[in-house]
Amino acid sequence: MREKILAAIDKNSKLTAKDLATMLGSTEEEVSNIIRQMEEEHIICGYPTLINWDKVQCERVTALIEVKVIPQRGLGFDRIAERIYKFDEVQSVYLMSGGFDLTVIIEGKTLKEVANFVSAKLAPMEGVQSTATHFVLKKYKEHGLPLVEAKKDERMLISP
Amino acid sequence: MKNPLSKNVVNIKPSGIRKFFDIVSEMKDAISLGVGEPDFDTPWHIREEGIYSLEKGRTFYTSNSGLKELKIEICNYLHRRFNLKYDYEREVLVTVGGSEAIDLAFRAMLNPGDEVLIPQPCYVSYHPCTLLAGGVPVVIELKEENNFKLTKEQLLAAITDKTKILVLPFPNNPTGAIMEYDDLKDLVDVIIEKDIIVVSDEIYAELTYGKNHVSIASFPGMRERTVVINGFSKSYAMTGWRLGYAVGPAMIIEQMTKIHQFAIMCAPTTSQYAAIEALRNGDSDVETMRDAYDKRRRFLVHAFNNMGLNCFEPFGAFYVFPCIKSLNMTSDEFATKLLMEEKVAVVPGTAFGDCGEGFLRISYAYSIENLKIATERIERFVNKIRKNQ
Repeated sequence: MREKILAAIDKNSKLTAKDLATMLGSTEEEVSNIIRQMEEEHIICGYPTLINWDKVQCERVTALIEVKVIPQRGLGFDRIAERIYKFDEVQSVYLMSGGFDLTVIIEGKTLKEVANFVSAKLAPMEGVQSTATHFVLKKYKEHGLPLVEAKKDERMLISP
Repeated sequence: MKNPLSKNVVNIKPSGIRKFFDIVSEMKDAISLGVGEPDFDTPWHIREEGIYSLEKGRTFYTSNSGLKELKIEICNYLHRRFNLKYDYEREVLVTVGGSEAIDLAFRAMLNPGDEVLIPQPCYVSYHPCTLLAGGVPVVIELKEENNFKLTKEQLLAAITDKTKILVLPFPNNPTGAIMEYDDLKDLVDVIIEKDIIVVSDEIYAELTYGKNHVSIASFPGMRERTVVINGFSKSYAMTGWRLGYAVGPAMIIEQMTKIHQFAIMCAPTTSQYAAIEALRNGDSDVETMRDAYDKRRRFLVHAFNNMGLNCFEPFGAFYVFPCIKSLNMTSDEFATKLLMEEKVAVVPGTAFGDCGEGFLRISYAYSIENLKIATERIERFVNKIRKNQ
């Protein structure tokens, strides 16, 4: 049931426990309990909203930064990753295989703000060897959902 | 001037859905729960394969019965999913949708006066296609108390010396009913004893919930007297590609192919290439869509039962078929008023046969959000009627 609930709310967290219960053939109480448990266990970590900021009159800059770091003995990459992800500007941090170690996605109001963060905070950080910053020009799809115009239903209204 | 028209064609009643379609088209911003096709787009990898075939210039006719690779994949698929074995060279015909296959099957088998047993409520084309092929449609009215399944007694009562074909439209549009193994087993002896040929329209075979589809052709003694019709429209959300197929005994498929050859030539080539991809790599897409339909199905059954409109639990296709008899209105009245007052379009059960009176076909090929708004409106409408009674 856990997996079923997660799959159902993965792309639509607005579904109520009542609706989920009907859709999954369960009871409202059971669904609420399972969701609460999963929140406590930090399986469900939050319910953010997917926003296409490009459509809002509000400047935002997103950058993807490839970071090479020196892992610390006994702590590996976790310590440095934590030091990085604690900054509010940082949206995501992933440990990578391949040519660099961490992918850091940061969001700022202006290009300058992002540049500042990289040069003042990230690059000089102890353990950080090098950074390569890529600015995002346009977002097409996020979390499995396209950010372009909502699709219209073009089917005939009635068909056999 | 001579009358330019064929009496045969003129005498056929236009589809009941047509009339309703015209009213709905006039309504601006109506929400419709009236479509008989998936709301999903064809999965991208399938569309992409179609595009690729165009890029490569594969824009020629294929052989009359379809691309060899496709026919092989169809046989693999039917074996893998429903334990049916067919010879791709002589027992498969790729058609322009399941609809063409229905028409061909009747035309290939019927002689004037032959009777075709048609269980209703059902898809709209069996009746007219029988007439156009010179056959005589004999309607069997399915009952809600039997969960809209065809029973042995009903079948026996409808058989005459002239009975030639039995249409088995399960999983059923519009009721959502399915025939399970035991239900079919009951019919098989009668069908064999009375020497009847079955046209089994299994276009919704992939869309069953909690129970697997069983094909009547998989019973001993049935393969040689069954034409199975299936296609890509419902399972892979490919309605517009117009691609279906028929499998059956070579003797019948051969004659169907003859008509197909002269009338159609071959099914669309682009669609055939896309369909190969669907059969090879589309199983998980089907699963995802089935899962989504299942959630909506539960949502709707619950919503209608909550409104006090008795709704039998459908285990197949993507329709629910709630009963409105408690409201003392005809299906037509209900559907028309609902459209006028709450701007929700549903299809009256009568569009699928007279015995659909007192029922509505509600499609759940819509997003949950859409279904929520629509059911809220229907509930408001039903409460209003009850108040005024």
